Amino acid sequence: MSSEVVLSLRDFRVTFNTMNGPVQAVRGVDLDVHAGEMVGVVGESGSGKSVTFLGLMGLLPKSAKVEGSGTVRGTEIVGATSKQLRSIRGKRVAMIFQDPLSALNPTHRIGTQIVEMIQAHQDLSKAAAMKRAIELLDIVGIPQPDQRARQYPHEFSGGMRQRVMIAMAIANDPEVLIADEPTTALDVTVQAQILEVLQRIQRDLGTAIVLITHDLGVVARVADRVQVMYAGRPVERATVDNIFQHSAHPYTQGLMASLPSTSGERLIPIPGSPPNMLNPPPGCAFAPRCVHALAKCTVGDPPPLVLVGTNETACVRAHELAAELAGEVVGNV
Amino acid sequence: MSDPILEVSGLVKNFDVRASKGLRVVHRTVQAVSDVSFDVISGRTLGVVGESGSGKTTLGRCIFRLIEPTAGSVKFKGQELVGLKASKLRDLRRNMQIVFQDPYASLDPRRTVQDAIMEPFAIQKIKGDHKKKVADLLELVGLAPDHARRFPHEFSGGQRQRIGIARALALNPSLIVLDEPVSALDVSIQAGVINLLQDLQNELGLSYLFIAHDLSVVRHISDQVAVMYLGKIMEIGPSEQLYTAPLHPYTQALLSAIPEPDPVTERERQRILLQGDVPSPINPPSGCRFRTRCPIAKDICAEEEPALVDRGLGHPVACHFADVMPVKVSISSIAG
Repeated sequence: MSSEVVLSLRDFRVTFNTMNGPVQAVRGVDLDVHAGEMVGVVGESGSGKSVTFLGLMGLLPKSAKVEGSGTVRGTEIVGATSKQLRSIRGKRVAMIFQDPLSALNPTHRIGTQIVEMIQAHQDLSKAAAMKRAIELLDIVGIPQPDQRARQYPHEFSGGMRQRVMIAMAIANDPEVLIADEPTTALDVTVQAQILEVLQRIQRDLGTAIVLITHDLGVVARVADRVQVMYAGRPVERATVDNIFQHSAHPYTQGLMASLPSTSGERLIPIPGSPPNMLNPPPGCAFAPRCVHALAKCTVGDPPPLVLVGTNETACVRAHELAAELAGEVVGNV
Repeated sequence: MSDPILEVSGLVKNFDVRASKGLRVVHRTVQAVSDVSFDVISGRTLGVVGESGSGKTTLGRCIFRLIEPTAGSVKFKGQELVGLKASKLRDLRRNMQIVFQDPYASLDPRRTVQDAIMEPFAIQKIKGDHKKKVADLLELVGLAPDHARRFPHEFSGGQRQRIGIARALALNPSLIVLDEPVSALDVSIQAGVINLLQDLQNELGLSYLFIAHDLSVVRHISDQVAVMYLGKIMEIGPSEQLYTAPLHPYTQALLSAIPEPDPVTERERQRILLQGDVPSPINPPSGCRFRTRCPIAKDICAEEEPALVDRGLGHPVACHFADVMPVKVSISSIAG
């Protein structure tokens, strides 16, 4: 990928101090997001996919300790003062969430709320900002935007509210839009509409989008590249085609095998459950559930991402497994 | 084996709601389930899919009379349930059980797993020592017998759902209604619970009514599928047929909206993008309820409600135009 890196995470870590001790929710995430691309961040509950970006944006409670590096075109965000953060959030990096209703103020008109967002970062008159707000509602596909701008959040359906959130998020032409499970609360026909809006924004405005989701189907539809997370670390990274066609990490392979397919074959679940992050296991966190695990998988530091074939994978046996797989393919022929 | 174990016909459930119109309070009726009929065949699975507000959950509860239906008939093994005395109904409920979506809310946090699984015996006043039965049930659902003395908080979501299933199996029922049984679970855990449900069906000859919004899960587990929209069945038929050759424009749109976990398919497939949202069930559209979002709606769709009829195409469908365009409505493709 030759285009410029707009968002970069290096050894990004988030630890929550709890009564039972520190919970290591995010344990060293590296990620580069390039201009104009859509990166899918995939993982199951507790994998740290949301916490990574909430931590980056300074949206976690005080009990959370954020370490490592997170930069937006070279500007370091980790450790920034709240004043510095305010000038980045909503301006250079915007975020939308699963539940749009709780993110909107029920007592203010939609238009006013978008105007507020615009005026926080741009020196525009109220009338000019309102004109821009109506334009934004039109961009995200809200019919009769001038009338809808005068309405309140409760007069909007779930899908329309999510469109409003996207309008607010792109109000200041951010370089990166972080979408945290933006369609999880929506019905599948409405989800299709919202995904289409996100693709349009990526294509027409050139905004880089980080799409956090648990739904592999959503990722397959819209992402260019995918990062799979497990127990607070990335376990695999590749282009969307390579993630689905040549999954290299046993966890990614396990996720794919768990999905119901059209052929109706028996599903293959991943045995066991994710580790307790109060006390994550040594070595690879997936080893206790992994069918390929050996003794060497459960010692030392968690394995880093290394390039094996087309995919970067965090598995100490990656080369062996790739060779086995290639052998099987040859054997079958 | 083709005997129906459950026959539902003309089932209606109206809820009275108070809506405010300015300062006045007006009484309105929500038609959550509106004239729904279907059979569940013994030993088979009927899947019910629909988006929020389609009435699928209300339907499941009306069958048990956990919600009293407004009208219609529900027959279990030929015995009418609607209007049945409470004591008779309790006897019948031994044979039909329900598993709910939320494995966190459906178990009492202060009672052990053993207490939870033994509760059906107490309700049915079945005396005796059931500890052995509890151990057997736990093994049947893939848990260990010594889990019986533990409390719900010691279990993960998937394990809790297995406890819920063990409880439903305690009285050896023949029909189980599964209301979104896996939608709260992560995909790697969900697969294990789906396999368990299929194994139990094969071993015990259970019949399932499987209610869910996830179309790929429903396809995987169901023999027959009913598609609901705003309280009505739009289309019902054999699972493979319904998924590969859907007749109703809504089913076609719904199927094309599900994201498939395959980037190549996703890039190549044409999609029917429905406009807008599901209308309010308080004031459903006249005629066909789907017409406000239907890409092929004509005048007749507003005037006349299409009946759910089999037009010789293998499965009943409620659309005026199902026979004139049996293959596919014209698809407005969106570039990916």
